[in-house]
Amino acid sequence: MRYLPKSDSERREMLAVCGLQSAEELFAHLPEDVRFEAPLALPPGISEFEIVDYFHARSAENANGYASFLGAGVYAHYRPVMVDTVVSRGEFLTSYTPYQAEISQGTLTTIFEFQTMICQLTGMDVANASMYDGSTAVPEAALMAARITGRHRVLASRVVHPEYREVLRTYGRHGQLSIEEFGYLPDSGTLDLEDLERKIDNATGAVIVQSPNFFGIVEDIRSVAELAHKHGALLIVIFTEAVSLGILQPPVDADIVAGELQSFAIAPSYGGPYAGIIATKERFIRQMPGRLVGETTDSRGNRAFCLTLATREQHIRREKATSNICTNQALIALMATVFMSVYGKQGLRELAEQNLAKAHYLSSLLKPRFTGPFFNEFVASTNGRAPEEINQLLLKKKIIGGVALGKWYPELEHCVLLCATEMTRREHMDEVGRAFEPVPQAA
Amino acid sequence: MKYPENLRYTKEHEWVRVEGDLGVIGITDHAQHELGDIVYVDLPKVGASVELGKSLGSVESVKAVSDIYSPVSGEVVEVNETLGQSPEKLNQDPHGAAWLVKVRMSAPDQLKTLLSAADYQTYVGAES
Amino acid sequence: MIAKVRSHITQNELLLFEQSSPGKKGYQLPPLDVPPVDAATVLGAANVRSEIDGFPEVSEVETIRHFTRLSTWNYAIDLGLYPLGSCTMKYNPRVNELVARLDGLAWAHPYQPEALAQGAMNIMARLEAALAEITGMDAVTLQPAAGAHGELTGILLIRALLEKRGNPRKKVLIPDSAHGTNPATAAIAGYSVENIRSNDCGSVDLAQLERIVDQDVAALMVTNPNTLGVFEANIKSIADILHKKGALLYMDGANMNALVGIAQPGRFGVDVMHLNLHKTFSTPHGGGGPGGGPVAVKKILEPFLPLPRLKHLRNRWTFDYKRPRSIGRVRAFYGNFGVIVRALAYILAHGGNGLRNATVDAVLNANYIRKKLEPHYDLPFKAPNMHEVVFSDDRQAKHGVRTGDIAKRLIDYGFHPYTVSFPLIVRGALMIEPTETEGKRELDLFADAMASIAQEVETDPELVRSAPHSTRISRVDEVTAARRPVLKWKPGTPSAKPAD
Repeated sequence: MRYLPKSDSERREMLAVCGLQSAEELFAHLPEDVRFEAPLALPPGISEFEIVDYFHARSAENANGYASFLGAGVYAHYRPVMVDTVVSRGEFLTSYTPYQAEISQGTLTTIFEFQTMICQLTGMDVANASMYDGSTAVPEAALMAARITGRHRVLASRVVHPEYREVLRTYGRHGQLSIEEFGYLPDSGTLDLEDLERKIDNATGAVIVQSPNFFGIVEDIRSVAELAHKHGALLIVIFTEAVSLGILQPPVDADIVAGELQSFAIAPSYGGPYAGIIATKERFIRQMPGRLVGETTDSRGNRAFCLTLATREQHIRREKATSNICTNQALIALMATVFMSVYGKQGLRELAEQNLAKAHYLSSLLKPRFTGPFFNEFVASTNGRAPEEINQLLLKKKIIGGVALGKWYPELEHCVLLCATEMTRREHMDEVGRAFEPVPQAA
Repeated sequence: MKYPENLRYTKEHEWVRVEGDLGVIGITDHAQHELGDIVYVDLPKVGASVELGKSLGSVESVKAVSDIYSPVSGEVVEVNETLGQSPEKLNQDPHGAAWLVKVRMSAPDQLKTLLSAADYQTYVGAES
Repeated sequence: MIAKVRSHITQNELLLFEQSSPGKKGYQLPPLDVPPVDAATVLGAANVRSEIDGFPEVSEVETIRHFTRLSTWNYAIDLGLYPLGSCTMKYNPRVNELVARLDGLAWAHPYQPEALAQGAMNIMARLEAALAEITGMDAVTLQPAAGAHGELTGILLIRALLEKRGNPRKKVLIPDSAHGTNPATAAIAGYSVENIRSNDCGSVDLAQLERIVDQDVAALMVTNPNTLGVFEANIKSIADILHKKGALLYMDGANMNALVGIAQPGRFGVDVMHLNLHKTFSTPHGGGGPGGGPVAVKKILEPFLPLPRLKHLRNRWTFDYKRPRSIGRVRAFYGNFGVIVRALAYILAHGGNGLRNATVDAVLNANYIRKKLEPHYDLPFKAPNMHEVVFSDDRQAKHGVRTGDIAKRLIDYGFHPYTVSFPLIVRGALMIEPTETEGKRELDLFADAMASIAQEVETDPELVRSAPHSTRISRVDEVTAARRPVLKWKPGTPSAKPAD
């Protein structure tokens, strides 16, 4: 097999060194009733050519060449070629976690740059070297807030991504957190501050909001922060669309920011792998989960980077760790780092402005359901028609329409969440506009 | 290492010094030596209660964490804030400047159960 | 003496922020085909940020040079052996990178209509089936993003089953040889942890287990082979003891590289286990992630699996959300699909027999290393080892040299260190797993290096204690990094002083 670099004669030599006649003797010590005698019921190994063929066939069974208006936590942004060029380098792709600083300065330096840029974007003091994704960063942030405040009650806005809230509930179910939700205002589509005020109390450890929220609308973070802090609760602000940070005021009033970086040159890839982040204020550093890279010097006085504050982590603290997490999405975070370098300060702004323009053009052709200010996503009303019907019309034009909201928000049964990014073409937006037009009644 | 006579010691390598009705608590030279370079100390807040034999916080080196077990019960009235900036003091002067907390003792009789300097010296001599 | 290539280069490379200057650009966006909008008008002035302070502005050339230079400071599998125990640092096949990037797969949105996602769903279903066959279990979920995430999922599944039976119970038993994620996971799932000591063969002590398993024990988390590379010969008895008291057996699948095609956990009493796609199944570590932590279960746990589940209905794949007993989601969407593609490609390349051959080579390599290193290093546990072997630094400690020092000296010989000081049940552990990726030449170079270092310990211990000597960066000051953490770059900090 082409991935096994030994010849049979080498195997025999090595067996001889081990004092064995055959490779099967290596397993002779296993109890008889444990040894698996039958071959695995899997087809024989195939050539590289056949592997490529197989996946080409699978790829062809997926949408190809469709324009898409899907957002809802996963966004279609252009991926600069440089991103794959860099991450395809074997020294990045096939390297291990940088526990040995002397031979991992490549990875450690890029993570340090990543941590820095996330702080610059979010307005926080410190950021970790990434979590699995945005959705799991939320319960990690909530557990962090519970550790800090000693309070286990969490209030989450209903306009946080529905699947993120599901994950929060799964993690919180076993006595760790008690989770309740507060609503949104039917006109603006923003969170209902009064509802939050009714529900918050001095047992609340964290208030969790998303901005731009699941409807794409920008929230008034300052007001939520005031309310949360008045009751001694921490404010966790989530983002799912990282490009929005290119133009939106960063959530500086948050205590913890948790977010998803998929927009930064991470392929949608049917749901993963992505990279989440947790960023926070200086005083909460030791309660942060996940890897951290710090700057230091080596014995000769050179600047060097290393993993630090490891005593928070599972391999030292074991059951008292801040999290069980062992991975950081290093390669994915590297994609984001390259993306941020390519666009830079001006580019990220311009990219965000283009997204804003595209989505606002699209909304001008449709009937937005909410009045709140939005970034690159918004909710459009179907005027009583079934969203599925409109989406079927669009599919015939090789366009994938927006997400029908009824499955998560029954009160929004005739509403669709649409996203337009810098990659969305005007001609396709015009098609969507036409598809949403009221169907003329038969004479 | 000569262990100060005016301190009482525990087998978990903490010490306590009496100042009126207060017990001043720290970790011993043996402890700091075992830990190596100390990078952080996690201490309770003023007003917290501590209990004999229960953890009141922890001390960290780069690769290890050790709980600090309180040698007496009582209420924390003062915390050594300088250790936040300079945890290395624990390596340099564990019996003096690097005291951890001062506790208003609720049961000073507990001191009788602790080791004298000589007994502690024997104990760590045997341990090493 | 030193035959291996060294990858360090003595040039200095500044951080992006230190190379930045206003107006430098590395991007160009196409012109807008719609009217521009004024941000302050549509968002409200209060919602618009001023510029991103400190964010770099560099050119495309500087960017490519920056990352290329940084990459040359990394060791990698593509350069040579990583003898890290329980990490299974095997070759990351490049064809896997190509297929994961095919447009229809890479650009698939998780919410696109199912009719237009059949290819992706087919891939996921195929991997689920292959992993079920490999593990001898009944059902597999691909949702967890990494091993630790899989562990959490597994323990939550156990909890859900026990809750349905009327009592979730209170504690999880974990051997003292276990990886740190195990107790951390149990704690998050709301269980307390009780450590169970290994016997002097490094295995789970049956008599002790019999004594401590009671109605409060939900499960035992076991790694098999254990972190010494030794197969738990009593695994069936272990499972029986637990099952008799209504507890379950969780297996940490980190060491599956010793078992694929040789033994199926489902047939030796395991109820639930996780796998590490980035270990056994070759998906790249990428400097620390992403990974994939699928969980395989016996039928009794199937109803509780995270939703949605893939179902084949009327000749199509569909996601089934009607799962009333499910523990819910452990993450948004369906799983690390990109990692799933790579793992399936690996399995397809090997096939059933190929996977078994890989296991045989992995175990052969570890045994070969054991034989070659035994004359020089202390072997505390003499039981037959499988895919990894653990030595101790006892002999070298007499000269004041510890496992960490030997590991650093190994760097000078052109290798990445082995796993240092783990498992905790061995004093001064050297934990070595070569994987099947290594040929005889690389293994001989490694064995020679270790023998040479053992010699150096006796003749010149200081050389070993102060290693590495050949790298651009020498041992870093981890103490100051922890005492006074600097976790981001700040404007005004002086740039790095050149290394040489």
